Amino acid sequence: MKMKLLLIIITIGLVSCSSDDEKASDILISVTNSQNWDGENITVSDLGTTEFIDENGEILKIERLRYLISKVILTNSNGDEIEIGSYKLVDLADNNTLNYATNIVIPPGTYTGISFVYGFNEEDNTDQAYPDLNTASWSWPEMLGGGYHFMQLDGTFTSPTNISPLPFNYHNGTARISEGVFEQNFIRVNVDGLSIDSNTNIDIKMNLAEWFKNPKTWDLNLLNTGLMGNYDAQRKMNENGQSVFSVYLGD
Amino acid sequence: MSCSSSDDTIGYQAIPKDIEIPQLFSDLLLPPLIPSDNPQTEEGIRLGRELFYEPLLSGDGTQACASCHFSDYSFTEPTRFSTGITGAIGTRNAMPLYNMAWNFEANFLWDGRAKSLEEQVSDPIENVIEMNNTWPNAIATLQATNNYPELFSQAFGTSTITKELVTKAIAQFERTLVSGNSRFDQYLLGDQNAITVSEINGFNIFMDEERGDCFHCHGSNSNPLWTDNIFHNNGLDSFFDDLGLGAITGDPLDNGKFKSPSLRNLAYTSPFMHDGRFETLDEVINHYSEGLVYSETIDPLMKNIAQGGVQLTENEKSDLKAFLLSLSDIGFTTNPEFQNPN
Repeated sequence: MKMKLLLIIITIGLVSCSSDDEKASDILISVTNSQNWDGENITVSDLGTTEFIDENGEILKIERLRYLISKVILTNSNGDEIEIGSYKLVDLADNNTLNYATNIVIPPGTYTGISFVYGFNEEDNTDQAYPDLNTASWSWPEMLGGGYHFMQLDGTFTSPTNISPLPFNYHNGTARISEGVFEQNFIRVNVDGLSIDSNTNIDIKMNLAEWFKNPKTWDLNLLNTGLMGNYDAQRKMNENGQSVFSVYLGD
Repeated sequence: MSCSSSDDTIGYQAIPKDIEIPQLFSDLLLPPLIPSDNPQTEEGIRLGRELFYEPLLSGDGTQACASCHFSDYSFTEPTRFSTGITGAIGTRNAMPLYNMAWNFEANFLWDGRAKSLEEQVSDPIENVIEMNNTWPNAIATLQATNNYPELFSQAFGTSTITKELVTKAIAQFERTLVSGNSRFDQYLLGDQNAITVSEINGFNIFMDEERGDCFHCHGSNSNPLWTDNIFHNNGLDSFFDDLGLGAITGDPLDNGKFKSPSLRNLAYTSPFMHDGRFETLDEVINHYSEGLVYSETIDPLMKNIAQGGVQLTENEKSDLKAFLLSLSDIGFTTNPEFQNPN
C-alpha cells in the first residue's frame, strides 16, 4: 500500500504543476471502478472467456463480479470531509457502475486523503435498509449476520487435480463465528496526501489477483463454494482484501 | 397526465390510477417501473383488461391472451406447451404474469427478447404458432366493433386504434397484476402464526448456501419478488435444443440461459422450467438436489455438479417444498379485478 501511495503523490504532483497558472475553479468529481489482474485490465469481454492463473496455480474463468464500495470521502487540509458517494454496487457487466459522474463539486487545493469502505461498515450494513440493493438480490442471509454481500465473484477453475471445470463462489460479507455471533468484515481503505487542481476522476482499482495470494495463498481446490458461512474463509478474504485496492487520480 | 388530443375527445383526461403496492414491496423494493409515456389510468387499465380477454385479437377470433394465461393458474396454463389457433404447439411453457412492474432489468419472456412490457404484448399476436394474426388485421377488427373505439377514446383521447395503443392498454392491465399476499408475506409482516415449523425450516434451507442456496437467483425475505429477473443456465441439459438467451444475443456464452422465474404462486403454475419439463415441484427440487447436468455455460452458482447437486435429504426436500408453496397467493388468482370482464 505504501508503494502505491507514493505513486499517487508523485502523479498528483505532476498534475499540479501543469495547472499552477490556471485560474482555480471548482472541480467536478467523477468516479471509475476498474478491475485488473496484476495490472492487466479486466473488462466485461473477459467474462467467461479469459483465463487467469492464480498464485496457487489454478486456472480461473470469471463469470460474474459484483462488489460494494461505500463512503468514498475526501478530506481537505482543514479536516473537513466531503462525501463523494454513499455507496455503489459495482457490476463488471454494467458499465453504468464502472464509470459515472457525480454531482459533487469541490474547491481545488490540498486534500489530506481519500478513503472508502469495501463493503459496508457496521453502522451502514443494516439489514434490508437499501431498496436498490434488496432489488438487486444483494442481501447477506440473516443467519450469517445479515446486511449485504460485499462481493460476489463467481467463476470456474481447473487445476492438476480438477481437470474438469469446477465452480467457485468467492462471496464475502459479515463473518459468522458461531450461531448468533458475528464479526465485522469490511475493509477501510485510506490514501493520504492528495492535491486536486482540475476536474478529477477517482479511479478505484481492484486487483483481483490479490484476493488469491496476499498474504494468504488461496487454494481453490479446498475453498471454492459454500464459503459464506465459513468463518476462516471469510477472515482470509479480509486479510487478502487489504492489498486489493488502490486509488489513482486522473483528469 | 393529459392524454393526446384527438378528433373527438379534445381535452379529455383519463383518470390516473396507481398500482396497488403490497406493503413488503413498498418497504423493501424500489418503486414499480411505469413508463413515462404510458402512465396507468383507470380507463387504460379497463381497456387493457377487455383486450386481454379479447379473442378478436387472434387471426380467427378464437384466442385471447387469456387463452394461455389463466387467472386460476397465476396467469399461466397447466399444459406444458400452448396450442395456437392453427393447432401448432409451442416449445416453451407460458410464463405466469405478475409483478412485472418490478422487472427493473427490462427483459421479458424466457429469453428476454422483449425489452418492455409493451413490446412483449405485441409478440404473441403476430406469432404464427400463437394468435397468428397481423397487426393491421387486428386493428381493423377492433376498429369495426361498436365498443372499442369509444373505449380507446376514453383511455387515450382518440378513437383511432393503433398497435401502440393496444399494447399500451394491455401493458397497463398487466402491470396491475400484483401478487404479494401469500402466507409467507404475512409471516414477514409479523404474523408468526402464518406459517408452519416445516415452512420455516424450508426457508432456512432456501437461504443456506451449503444446502438450498436458492436465494442467489430467486430472491429472499429482502427481495420478495422471489426472482432476480436475470438469466442463468441452471444445469438442465448438456446440449441445447433451445439456446434461450443465446439465440437473442448471438453469444455462445449465453446459450442455455433462461430468465429466473419468480417462485411465487408455485401451487398454481406447474409444469415448471422454460419447457415445462417438470410436472411437479418435487421434480424441480430433485433436479437441484441430484439432477444437475454439466454444460459449458452452466452457472457457477450450480454447485456439486459432479454429484448432481446439493444433495438434500428427504426431510430437507419436504421442508423446502413446504416453504416454496407458502409463497402462493390464492387471493391473486381469484381477484375479481383480474377476471374476464364479460
